[in-house]
Amino acid sequence: MDKAAIRAPLTASPAGGGARSRGLQGFLLQSPAIMLLLVWSVVPLLMTLWYSLRNYNLVDPTRQGFAGISNYWYLLTDPDFLTSLENTAILVGGVLAISVGLGTLLAVLYNEEFAGRGIARILVISPFFIMPTVAALLWKNLMLHPIYGVYSAMMRAVGLTPIDWLSRYPLATLVMIVAWEWLPFAVLILLTAIQSLDTEQKEAARMDGAGMVAQFINITLPHLSRAITVVIMIETIFLLTVFAEISVTTAGGPGVASTNLAFLIYSRALLQFDVGGASAGGVVAIVVANIVAAFLLRAVARNLET
Amino acid sequence: MARTRTRLRQGVVTILGWAIALWMFFPILWMFLTGFKNEPDAISTPPHLFFSPTLSSYRDVFAREDYWHFATNSVVISVLATVVALLVSIPAAYAMAFLPGPRTRMTLLWMLSTRMLPPVGVLVPIYLLARATGLLDSRTGLIVIYMLTNLPITVWMLYTFFREVPVPILEAGRMDGATRWQEVTQVLMPLALPGIASTGLLSLILCWNETFWSLNLTSSIAAPLTTFIASFSSPEGLFFAKLSAASTLAVAPIMVFGWASQKQLVRGLTFGAVK
Repeated sequence: MDKAAIRAPLTASPAGGGARSRGLQGFLLQSPAIMLLLVWSVVPLLMTLWYSLRNYNLVDPTRQGFAGISNYWYLLTDPDFLTSLENTAILVGGVLAISVGLGTLLAVLYNEEFAGRGIARILVISPFFIMPTVAALLWKNLMLHPIYGVYSAMMRAVGLTPIDWLSRYPLATLVMIVAWEWLPFAVLILLTAIQSLDTEQKEAARMDGAGMVAQFINITLPHLSRAITVVIMIETIFLLTVFAEISVTTAGGPGVASTNLAFLIYSRALLQFDVGGASAGGVVAIVVANIVAAFLLRAVARNLET
Repeated sequence: MARTRTRLRQGVVTILGWAIALWMFFPILWMFLTGFKNEPDAISTPPHLFFSPTLSSYRDVFAREDYWHFATNSVVISVLATVVALLVSIPAAYAMAFLPGPRTRMTLLWMLSTRMLPPVGVLVPIYLLARATGLLDSRTGLIVIYMLTNLPITVWMLYTFFREVPVPILEAGRMDGATRWQEVTQVLMPLALPGIASTGLLSLILCWNETFWSLNLTSSIAAPLTTFIASFSSPEGLFFAKLSAASTLAVAPIMVFGWASQKQLVRGLTFGAVK
C-alpha cells in the first residue's frame, strides 16, 4: 500500500544534472500532453460560450449577431428543456439506483465460493463490453419487440398480452436497457473492492453470532462505501450524456418523452441547426457535469495522498 | 444441523449465482444464436429454440452490407488513436512518476477534469470545426478526438503503473552510465510493459465502443462499426438475423479483450481509486 517509502525523487545523475535541469526535462516531457489537453479543453469550451451568446442558425444566415442572454432565456422557458432535465435526472437516478443497489448485492453474491463462479462472473460482467448501439438494438428488437421479441413470447406463453415497451414506457425501458449495460460495471468495481475485505474480521463477527444481514450492514457496507462513491460518480458522468441508446431506440420520443439533455442539444444543433440554442444547452450540460466532477475529483485527490 | 445449513446456503448461492449470470447474459446468447438463423426463423413466433443453423446471415453481412469497410474503420481508428495516445502519454507519465515537481499532483487532477467535460457540451463547436476543416466523416477526425478523450486516462493509468517500478532499479542503471533514453527504453519499458499493454487495451476498448462522436461525426466513409450497427435502427430494418450476425461480429473481439483484462480495467476506469 505505502509506496511513498521508496518514492524519493531520483538523485542527481550523470544524465540529469541539477534540480533545475530535472525540472526542465520533466516539463518538456509533459508538455505535449499538457498542450494538447489545454487546447482540447479550452478552445471548444470558449467557442460554445461564444456561440451561446449569438444568433446563429445554419439554415437562416440572415439572422446573425449578438443575442445577449436570449438563447438562455429561450431555453430556460422552453417546456421541452425542463422535460429533458427531468428525464436526465430520472435516467441517471434510475440507472444508479439499479446498478448500485443490485450491484452491491451481486458483489456480495459473487464473492461467495460456488461451483463455476469464475464463469458466472464473466457472464455477469459481459454486457459492459457491448457497444451501446448493439445493446440498444438488441433489446429493442430481439428482446422487447412487441411481436417478435423473446420477452413478448414469454408473456404470451403465460397468458399475458405483450406490451410495446418502448412506446408505452419509453423512459423506464431506457433506464432498464442502460442499467443492463452499467450494472456489470458496478459489480466489477464492487467485487474488486469486496475482495480486499478482511475475512478474519467477518469470521470474528460470525463467531460473535452476527447474522448475514448484520454482517452486511456493519462490516461489508462500510468497507464498500468508498468504492460505491466512486461507482456513483463515474457512472453519473457517463449517464449524464447517454445518447446512442436514445438515438437508435426512441429518437427521444414519443414527443419528448425520452429526450434527455444530451439528446435535446443534439436535436437543436444537428436537426434544427440552431447553433446558438444548442450552445446554450451545452453550457448548461457543462455546468451540471462540473458539479459532479468536483465531487469526483475531491475523492480521487484524497486517494492520491495515501 | 449446522452442516445441513451450510449445505443449504451453498445450494442457494450456487443456484442464485448461476440464474442471475444466465439472465444477464441471455440477451447476448440470444443474439449469438439468432445470427445463425435465417430471417423467417429469426422472427418466428413463438421463437424457435431449435433450428437448423445457417451461415446465410453472415454471408449477407459480408457480401451486401460491406462489413469489412466498417470493421476496417473501427480497427484503424481505435489502433491509431491508442498508439498516438500512448506515444504522448508515456513521456508525460514518466516525468510525473520519476521527476515529480510541486505542480505534478495538480496537473494530474486537471487532466482528469478534462475527461469529465460532457462531449455534448462541445458538440456544436467540434461539429462546426470538423465541417470547416473537412474532417467531417473522416478517420482523421475521429482519431484525433478519440486520442484526446483518452489521453487523461492513459496518462493517469501509466502513472500508477510507473509508480510501482522500484526507483533503485532505475538508479542502478543510471550508475552504470545509462542515459535518460536508455533508462526509459531498456530499464523502464521492459518492467512496465504489462502496464503499458493493459493501458493500451483499455484505450482500445473505449475507442471501439465510443458512440457519441462516431454517430455525430461520421456517416459512411469513416463510419466505424458503432455507426454501422446504428443503421439497423430504421423501421424497415427488421432484419433480426442480419442485425444479430453483424452485432456478434462487432462485439466479439472486444468482449474477449474485456474478459482477459478485468482487473486492469477496474484500475483504469476508477483512476486507481479502487484497488
